[in-house]
Amino acid sequence: MEAGEERAQGARSRDPEREGPRPAADPAQVAAICREHDDRPDALIEILHAIQTRFGFVPETAVPAIADSLNLTRADVHGVLTYYSDFRREPPGRHVLRLCRAEACQARGAERLAAHLTTRLGIDFGATTADGALRLETVYCLGNCALGPNALVDGERLQGRLDEARLDRLVDALCEGADS
Amino acid sequence: MSAGGRRVEVPGDSAGSLRVYVPGDSAGSIRVYVPGDSAACSVGADETARAIVREAAARGTSIELVRNGSRGLLWLEPLVEVEREGLRRAFGPVDADAVPGLFDAGWLEPGAAPDHPLAQGPTDAIPWLASQERVLFARCGVVDPLCLDDYRRHGGLVGLERALRAKPAEIVDEIKASGLRGRGGAGFPAGLKWETVAAAAGDEKFVCCNADEGDSGTFADRLLMEGDPFSILEGMAIAGLAVGATRGFIYLRSEYPHAIRVVRRAIDVAREAGWLGRDVLGSGRAFDVTLRVGAGAYVCGEETAMLESLEGRRGIVRAKPPLPAHAGLFGRPTLVHNVLTLAAAPFVLAQGSAAHHAYGCGRSRGTQPFQLAGNVLRGGLVERGFGVTLRELVEGYGGGTASGRPVRAIQIGGPLGAYHDVGDLDIEMDYERLVEAGGLLGHGGIVVFDDTVDLAEQARFAMAFCAHESCGKCTPCRVGAVRGVEVLDRIRAGEDREANRALLESLCGTMRDASLCAMGGLTPNPVLSALARFPEDFEGSPRAGRGSAAAMAGRQEDER
Repeated sequence: MEAGEERAQGARSRDPEREGPRPAADPAQVAAICREHDDRPDALIEILHAIQTRFGFVPETAVPAIADSLNLTRADVHGVLTYYSDFRREPPGRHVLRLCRAEACQARGAERLAAHLTTRLGIDFGATTADGALRLETVYCLGNCALGPNALVDGERLQGRLDEARLDRLVDALCEGADS
Repeated sequence: MSAGGRRVEVPGDSAGSLRVYVPGDSAGSIRVYVPGDSAACSVGADETARAIVREAAARGTSIELVRNGSRGLLWLEPLVEVEREGLRRAFGPVDADAVPGLFDAGWLEPGAAPDHPLAQGPTDAIPWLASQERVLFARCGVVDPLCLDDYRRHGGLVGLERALRAKPAEIVDEIKASGLRGRGGAGFPAGLKWETVAAAAGDEKFVCCNADEGDSGTFADRLLMEGDPFSILEGMAIAGLAVGATRGFIYLRSEYPHAIRVVRRAIDVAREAGWLGRDVLGSGRAFDVTLRVGAGAYVCGEETAMLESLEGRRGIVRAKPPLPAHAGLFGRPTLVHNVLTLAAAPFVLAQGSAAHHAYGCGRSRGTQPFQLAGNVLRGGLVERGFGVTLRELVEGYGGGTASGRPVRAIQIGGPLGAYHDVGDLDIEMDYERLVEAGGLLGHGGIVVFDDTVDLAEQARFAMAFCAHESCGKCTPCRVGAVRGVEVLDRIRAGEDREANRALLESLCGTMRDASLCAMGGLTPNPVLSALARFPEDFEGSPRAGRGSAAAMAGRQEDER
C-alpha cells in the first residue's frame, strides 16, 4: 500500500485538530510525578511512562514542566520523548490494539490479519477510529512467537492464536465497551 | 480466604494476575497448576483457571490452584497439571470449555482419565520435555515463580551462598572454567568480561541485565523472567560479588507487561527476605537491583544504546572503545549481560564449572535455550546442549510447519540472522558452525516459514526494519537501510536486475564493515542470505498477498 492511499484512508480517522484543544497536563501534577522519581534526569523515561499512564499520552505542556524539574533543556526532553515509539503525543482511542507484524507472526499470517483489520475498521495502522473507540498500532514482537499472530490490548492484555474470527470478537468487545 | 498462612489472590479479570492460590481445606489436598505466564494467558489460561475454581467449588472438591510459569510446551498451552501423591500429570491444551468434561472424567484422581483426549500423561515423561537438558529452565514451570521456599527447595541460592564464601577471583575463575559465553547473541566469553570489570578501577561499578529481548522469534528471557525470576536476581548478585558492584539494573522492554510485574515483585520479595539489599544473606555485603522499563526501541538491545537509555537519554549507540567494562553506565565499569547469561551463573557456582562445561560441544559450552517459533507445529522452548542439529529442533521437536505445508525457510537468530534453506537442516547448532554456515545463533530464536513465504519481501522487511529502528548515529545504517529498501524495490520491480543486485551486494558490504553496531552491521545477513539461497524469489514478480512490505508501511504511518 502506498503512503498516499494510506492518508486517503486515514481521512476517516479522527482529526484531533477539529476536536478542540488537546488536554493539557497540569504542571503541578507533572512536577509531582518528577518528584516521585527524585527529580533524577536518568529517570526521564520512567517519568514519561508515568505521565503517559496518568494522562493516556504525554501532553506537550508536560515537556517544559519536566525540563524544569529535572534541570534539563526542553530539547533534551523533546528528544527523548520523540525517540521512543511507546510515547504518544496525542490522546489515543479509548482502547489501543497493537498487532505484532514481526517475522514470526508474519510466518503465521499476521499480514492477512493486518489487512482484515484495516478493511474492517476503515483506518490504517497509526490511526484511531472516527468514534475514538480504538487505535490501531504496529508492534514488533511481543515475545509470544510460537503462538502468533499476537496482539497486545491496552498495553496489558496479550492475545495469541489470533485468526479473523477471534480478532473480530476482540474488536467487537472493545468497540462496544468503549461506547458504554 | 486463607491458604495456610500463604498469600491469597483470587483469579482476577486482568490477564496475568500474578499469583493465585485457591486454598484447600486439608493438608495434602489436590494441587492444580495453571500457568500464569503471558503465553498461556494469551490463549485463555486465566479463563481456564477461573473455570477450574468454579467447577471445583460447585462439586465441593477442595483444591489448591498454583499459577506457575510455563513449561515451555507452548503448543499445549494452556497446559494444566494435576499433582497427586507427588506426581504431576499434564492436560493440554485446556480451554475453559473443556474443564467440566475433565471433572466429569475424574481428572483429579490419581492416575485418572489417562484416555482423555487432552491427557498428556506424567509431565516429566512427555518425550518433548524428557529429552531436553534443562539447566537454566530447570525450575521454570515447575515452581511457583514468586515463592522463595520453592526456589530454595529446587536448588536456589546455593550458588549465591557459595559465592559469598569465595573470593571474587575464585568466582571469576569458576565462570571462566565453565566456558560460559554471552547468550545475548555475541557469544563473548563471560569469564573474560567478569575479569575485565573486576580489574577495572572505579569507586562504583554496576551489573546490568539486558532484558530487552526484541528479536522476533525469541521469548526465552520472558519465559524465565515470568517463570523463575529469582534465578536472574541470584545471578546478578553473584556477578556483583565477583566484579565488586553493589548495584544492578535490569533493563526490561515495555512490550512485556507481565514480566515487568513478576520481576518487580521478585525484587521486593528478595529484599524482604534479605538476600538483596545492604546485607546480602547476612554477609554484610551489599547488592541491590533496580528495574527500568524500556520504551519501544529495538536498538536498545545493543548494550551501549541500553546504557544510554538507562541514563534517561535517547538510545543512541556509543562508539567503542571505551568498552562498557571500563566505562559503562554513568561512565563506571559495568558488566552487561543478557538475562540467560546471568541466570547461568547460579548453576555454575552451585554445581561447579565442570558440570556446566560438560554440556555442549567445541567452544560452545553449556546449554542453549532454543526457541521454536513462527510456522511450526509444536513451538516452544527447547533447552539442549550446543550441538543439537537444526533438523532435530525443527522436524523433531517442532514437527514441521503448523500449516502442514513444506518448510521452505528458517530464520535463525532474530531479525539480524540469516535465512536458511532446508539444505542447512543438518547444521549442528553452536556459535562457530552457524557462522560457518553464513548465519549466527543470536539469542537462539528459530523462525520457521512454509513454502508461501516470499524471501524478496522478507529481505525488504529486514532493510525496512533497520531503517525504522536505526538509532541514526552512523551513516551506513541510517542511510544504507533506506537505500537498501529502494534497491530491493527496484530489483523486485525487474529494473536492471543485475546492476541493482551488484549495488545491493556492495551496499551490504558497506553496512557490514562500516556500521557502529550490529543493527546496521548484521542487517545484510537476512538480505544476502535470502538473495543467495532463494534467488528465484528475486526474479519473478512479487508473490501475491500483503507481506512484510505492508508491515513496514504500517509502521511508518504510525510515526506520522
